[in-house]
Amino acid sequence: MGLDIRWPIGLMFSLIGVLLTGYGAINSGSSQSLGININLVWGIVLIVFGALMLLGAVRGGKKPPTV
Amino acid sequence: MAASGAKYGIATAHFYWVGAIPAMIFLAVFMMPFYYGSKARSVPEYLKMRFDERVRALNAISFAVMTIFASGISMDALAKLLSQLLGWNYNFGLLICSGVVLIYVLKGGLTSAIYTEVLQFFMIVLGFAPVVYLGLKDVGWWHGMNHSLQAVAVEPSAIYLNASTNFAANAWTSAWQPVLAGSEHNPMGVDWFAMIFGLGFVLSFGYWCCNFLVVQRAMAAKNMTAARNTPLVAAVPKMFFPFLVIVPGMIAVALTSMPDKNYRIPPPIVSQANYNNAIATVRNASAADADAVKAVGDALGEKVDSGKILSLVAANKAGQLTDTQIQQGLYNSIAENYYSGVILSLIKKYCPPGLFGLALTALLASFMSGMAGNVTAFNTVFTYDLYQAYFVKGKSDRHYFLTGKVITVVGIVLSAGAAYFASMYDNAMDVIQLVFSFVNAPLFATFLLAMFWKRTTATGAFYGLFCGIGASTMVHGLTVAEGKGGWLGHKLYEFPSSMAQNFWLAAVAFIVCFTFTLVISLATARTKSDADLKGLVYSLTPKIVDNNIPVWQRPAVVGTVLLIVCVILNFIFW
Repeated sequence: MGLDIRWPIGLMFSLIGVLLTGYGAINSGSSQSLGININLVWGIVLIVFGALMLLGAVRGGKKPPTV
Repeated sequence: MAASGAKYGIATAHFYWVGAIPAMIFLAVFMMPFYYGSKARSVPEYLKMRFDERVRALNAISFAVMTIFASGISMDALAKLLSQLLGWNYNFGLLICSGVVLIYVLKGGLTSAIYTEVLQFFMIVLGFAPVVYLGLKDVGWWHGMNHSLQAVAVEPSAIYLNASTNFAANAWTSAWQPVLAGSEHNPMGVDWFAMIFGLGFVLSFGYWCCNFLVVQRAMAAKNMTAARNTPLVAAVPKMFFPFLVIVPGMIAVALTSMPDKNYRIPPPIVSQANYNNAIATVRNASAADADAVKAVGDALGEKVDSGKILSLVAANKAGQLTDTQIQQGLYNSIAENYYSGVILSLIKKYCPPGLFGLALTALLASFMSGMAGNVTAFNTVFTYDLYQAYFVKGKSDRHYFLTGKVITVVGIVLSAGAAYFASMYDNAMDVIQLVFSFVNAPLFATFLLAMFWKRTTATGAFYGLFCGIGASTMVHGLTVAEGKGGWLGHKLYEFPSSMAQNFWLAAVAFIVCFTFTLVISLATARTKSDADLKGLVYSLTPKIVDNNIPVWQRPAVVGTVLLIVCVILNFIFW
C-alpha cells in the first residue's frame, strides 16, 4: 500500500484530458454534440480534475512512483 | 443498472438508498468491530471462531461457488461487449480479459484489486457524466424527462415496456408512491414489504455485512477506526451513484417516446443473416396483411409490431425502399427491448470521436470492476478456509502463499468456465442469480444471532443456515415469476415479476434461518464459554470508546449524518 493512489489517478486523467482537449481544439468540426464542442469542454474538466489529484498527491508528501 | 433504470424508473435507486446505505452504516458501526477485532482473516474464519468448523465449511464452499459465478458473469458480459464492438471472437475476448485480470491479481493481489477498483470508479464517473449531461440536455433537463416519462407510464406498451399493464403517471418518476400503492402499480412488481424487508433488510444486509468480498476491503485497513470508516466513505458515492447509472436508462425511455429524436431503446440483437431474410420477405410480400406480418416476424426471429410491419410493407409496395431503409424499419418494429444495450446506444448517439473512447472505456470498466475482487476473495477463502483448514494442514507460510498463486489461476479458469455456462444457456443467468439469493439471503440471520446473542450454538447455526438455504430453494421450486421457477412441478403462487420473487425468497430464507437457529440453539447445549466468545459477541466485548477521535470522525456520528442525508434523498424523489 505504499503508493498514493492520487498519483495514478492524476496522471491518467491529466493525460486523457490533454489528448481530448487537443483533439477538440484541432477538430472542432467533428467534436460537436448538441452544438457543444464536448471534447474541448470535457477535456478541460479532466485536466482540472487530474491536476487537483496531482496537487493533492504532492501536498500529501509521498514520493512519486518510481516505476 | 441503466437497464433497470429504463425498465423500472427511479425506483431502481432503492438498490442504493434502501439496499445499500443502511447496511453499510450498520456494518461500520456495529459489525466491523467484531470482524476487525477478532483478527479473523476472512468471514468464514470468524464463523469458525464463533461456532465451529461445520459452519465455516458451509459458508466457505457456498461463498467460493458464488464468487466464481459472479466473476464469470462479468467476464461473459465483457467478452460479449468486445465481440459486439470490435468484432472480436468471443473466445478471444474471454482470453484477453481473463489474461489481464490474471496478470495484475498475481502481481499485486488484493492491493492491486483495490487500486484498480478505485481507478475504475473514477473512470466510470468521469466517462458517464458527459453522456448523462448531454442526454439530459437533449430531453429538456429533469423536468422535460419527467414530463415524457409520465406519458410513457400511462401506456408503457406503446414503446414495448411491460406490455400488459398501464400505470399511474408517476410510475417511472416517483420512488416510493408506486411501491406503496401495491405490487400491481409499479413496473418492478413489488410492494412495500418485499421492498423494505426483502431488499432493504435481508438481501442488502446479507450482501454488505456478511459477504467477504465486501468485508475484506475493510479488513485490509490499518487500524480499527480506518476499518470502520471504510464502509462509510464508500457509502457517500453509493448515495449519488444512481444519478449517473439510473438516469441514462430514464433518458433512453424519454427519448424513445419522442418521435422527433429518432431513437429507440435497442431491440434484441438480430444477426445480419436474419435481417437479410426479413428484408427479402418484406420485398416478396404479396400484400400488406397478417400473413406478411407473420412471415417477417418468423424471418427476424423476434416478436414484431404488426402495425409497423404493415406500413413498412405498404411503403415498399408504393415505392421500392432501399435495403438500409427496410432494415431501419425492421429495427424499429421489433416489439422487444434489449435493456442492457441502453448505455452503449446512448454513447453512440451523443459522443463524437474522442469522448467516445473515454465513455467506452468507462463502460468496459463498469463491466470489469468486481472481477478482480471476486477472484482475490475466492483465492483467500479457498486457500485459508478450505485448503489450509481441511486438505493440507500445518505447512509453511510460503507453501500457502504459492498455493494462493495457483488458486488464482484456477479461480480464473473456473470463472471462464462459468462465463461459457452463462453464455451457452438462455437461463444460465437465472441459475446464477438464484445461487446469489440462496447464499446471501439466510446468512444475515446467522450473523445477527451470532454477534448479538451469546446463547446461539454451533449446531443451531449450522442447521439454521442449512434450512434457510433449503427453504429458499423450496420456495423457488414452488412459485413462478416471468416463467421461471416452479420446477418442483407444483405451482403454489405466481409473482408479478422475478424481482418480487427474489425479494420474497430472501425474506422467507431469512425467517426460516432465524427461527431454526433460535429454536435449535435453545434445544442444544452451548459448547463455548463466555470467555471463549470475548471479542466475538456484542454483550461480551468491551465497548469501543471513541473519545480520542474528533466528534465528526466518529463512526456513529458520521453514520447518523449519512442516514439523514439518505432519508432526505428518499423524500425528494418520493
